[in-house]
Amino acid sequence: MAKHDTPLLDELESGPWPSFVSDIKRQAEKNPDCWDILGQLELSYKEKITHWKHGGIVGVFGYGGGIVGRYSDLPKMFPGVEHFHTVRVNQPASKYYSTENLRGICDLWEKHGSGMTNMHGSTGDMVLLGCRTEALEPFFWDLTHGMGQDLGGSGSNLRTPANCLGQSRCEWSCYDTEETCHHLTMHYQDEIHRPAFPYKFKFKFSGCPNDCVAAIARSDVAVIGTWRDDIRIDQAAVKEYVAGNFASNGGSHADGDWGAFDIQKEVIDLCPTECMWMEGGELKIDNAECTRCMHCINVLPRALRPGAQQGASICVGAKAPILDGAQFATLIVPFMEISADNEFENLIDFIETIWDWWMEVGKNRERVGETMQRVGLPTFIKVMGIEPIPQHVREPRSNPYVFWQDEEVPGGFERDVQEFRKKHAA
Amino acid sequence: MGYDPANPMVDRITDIGPPHYAKFHPPIIANNKGKWLYHEIPQAGVLMHKSETGDECWTVRVGAARLISIELIREMCDVADAHCDGFLRFTTRNNVEFMVDSKDKVQPLLDDLASRGNKFPVGGTGAGITNIVHTQGWVHCHTPATDASGVVKAVMDELFDYFTSMKLPAQVRIALACCLNMCGAVHASDIAILGVHRKPPMIDHTRISGVCELPLAIASCPLGAVKPAKAEVDGKEIKTVKVNVDRCMFCGNCYTMCPAMPLADPDGDGIAILVGGKVSNSRSAPKFSKLVIPFIPNTPPRWPETVAAVKNILETYAKDAKKYERVGEWAERIGWEKFFEKCDIPFTIKSIDDYRLAYDTWRTTTQFKYTNHIK
Repeated sequence: MAKHDTPLLDELESGPWPSFVSDIKRQAEKNPDCWDILGQLELSYKEKITHWKHGGIVGVFGYGGGIVGRYSDLPKMFPGVEHFHTVRVNQPASKYYSTENLRGICDLWEKHGSGMTNMHGSTGDMVLLGCRTEALEPFFWDLTHGMGQDLGGSGSNLRTPANCLGQSRCEWSCYDTEETCHHLTMHYQDEIHRPAFPYKFKFKFSGCPNDCVAAIARSDVAVIGTWRDDIRIDQAAVKEYVAGNFASNGGSHADGDWGAFDIQKEVIDLCPTECMWMEGGELKIDNAECTRCMHCINVLPRALRPGAQQGASICVGAKAPILDGAQFATLIVPFMEISADNEFENLIDFIETIWDWWMEVGKNRERVGETMQRVGLPTFIKVMGIEPIPQHVREPRSNPYVFWQDEEVPGGFERDVQEFRKKHAA
Repeated sequence: MGYDPANPMVDRITDIGPPHYAKFHPPIIANNKGKWLYHEIPQAGVLMHKSETGDECWTVRVGAARLISIELIREMCDVADAHCDGFLRFTTRNNVEFMVDSKDKVQPLLDDLASRGNKFPVGGTGAGITNIVHTQGWVHCHTPATDASGVVKAVMDELFDYFTSMKLPAQVRIALACCLNMCGAVHASDIAILGVHRKPPMIDHTRISGVCELPLAIASCPLGAVKPAKAEVDGKEIKTVKVNVDRCMFCGNCYTMCPAMPLADPDGDGIAILVGGKVSNSRSAPKFSKLVIPFIPNTPPRWPETVAAVKNILETYAKDAKKYERVGEWAERIGWEKFFEKCDIPFTIKSIDDYRLAYDTWRTTTQFKYTNHIK
């Protein structure tokens, strides 16, 4: 039985897309507190403003992250959401679940919380929405003891790492994204749970330059699969595409009226480096000119595959706009082998070199990309102990004001103006 | 057994991390990891991955609201138990994927999903729109300038046909963030729906001493608009802050640092539309989304103006772009002046950047196109 009238929200129950309003009502039949979610949201729809208070520091003992405090600013009117904290539960890499595990999580959230969730939050965690402060420790006990699972990150710490599904179900992944993500997540449990950084820090792992987990846009360290040898070609399959027997792009344009497949127009002419051509019925690629953008491989998945010598490009410093504008991650290491055989030692060394420096010089609430902007890319490259290469920039600088160092100039900066005056009258 | 409030640290387990992913791989995945040869999309919402072992993984992709109940998750589990050996997965865009190991298991799965009302729409693949990634909005956040789930529901209802088909020039990624913090990171989306504030923060002098570190509040402003000040509360002079409103860009960072500086407002808040971003490196480099509509008022429950604006951009693009061209690639090819003309979106001074690094976006060439903007 509905506790509040929700005429505005009720309008969101019609239409073909699944309705979160109908779903909350369904949950409210089990947990009447959920009526107050709808009641408060209805008021926000009426007044066009939020009714959640600013923050509130809550958590579980020993952790500085994983729980986000949330309180209603109308607790008397909506007691069911007086406390409505968020619990971030670290998702398994790639977000596969057994139904046994998911049902366990559901039972736990039925016992301790509202029963509403986000599957998943933007960073990757399972987000359990809405519980009271006194439920947090019992929930955490049951999560760790009963489920063998743990909280994710929040605050100025390593945020829960995330990955595309990689080699588990994709032919393009150039390294094992889920193993890398899981290994580093386990390796850095302390950094995830106990904030010690200037601000948040994110890893994301994409298997190829299509970047399905948006690493280059969203992570402080983006590990994006790539290769350094030649694209593998199956010329027989190329012929099948040219003959129209295989659907281009896997059939992704099947419902549009695009006419017959044209390899010249749809592949060769769209290659950003113009390094492809047809010769004697075969597709040729000048691989030395290829920048591995993935377009031709995307269009001809049965004929073309990434090369066999695989690894990842490492880009650093992406973030959303707050405060100095959005940044994409900057290419720092063009090619790194990413291997479980050495327990990802080279990637871990790279990450910890950044942390050692950033924890020293980063200002409060400054993402590493902003620190890089503040000190300049040349300084960052030096800090990382990396040789500057043209791949670090889109183009060389056009402004001529170089910060030469004392030791770079013969005789240094110290000069005697009296000696100068002996030859040059004032 | 269980948690003992009198002895919270006894037998405590910490830092165990997530379960190992391999425990949750369905057999078809466990047997073929690293062996996949190619994939096809036989119909919208259905993927087939072929392994070098000859195995096929058939995936049915289903859209879901991001805000979902455990009752719905249990229903998803019922489907996975009936058809998928008890496994399923979620995508980074809040879709659910049900996997089976042969083609003949696909239709029964599709029939089951279709029998459950509108809860499990199949689609979100190839040259269409997939689920809108979004933030919490008025459902669960303290800084939003708009709702998230409601706007997304209204937009997806209107664009549903593009979710269940693959008739666009390329995939179109739509995202929504309910304020400029962009928890949803919409800054690299084909079409971004962004909640924006337009009124400077108020200052609650009666609360500021108790809840706010003044130097942090002052330092939080990227434009130095927050200054130290004094005010009188109950006849006593207190230290507080003031805001130089001419310099405020309404980012809300001061409110994040200081709960005594709220800035949300029913008339001030609304939605901006940004377009042309992409994450993929395919063909062209990743691009930021660009601001084309600076403000649309909040009109709950169905935000008709926002829905119409998104649909207009999507359908103008769909008519005009070449195969494979993303929204941003199309806009760059035709020129942004043509984008505004073709979409019939008024160009306003708000689309000209006046923040740091703005010069990057000013046009410094004599190359342009004559559009209706030039009188």
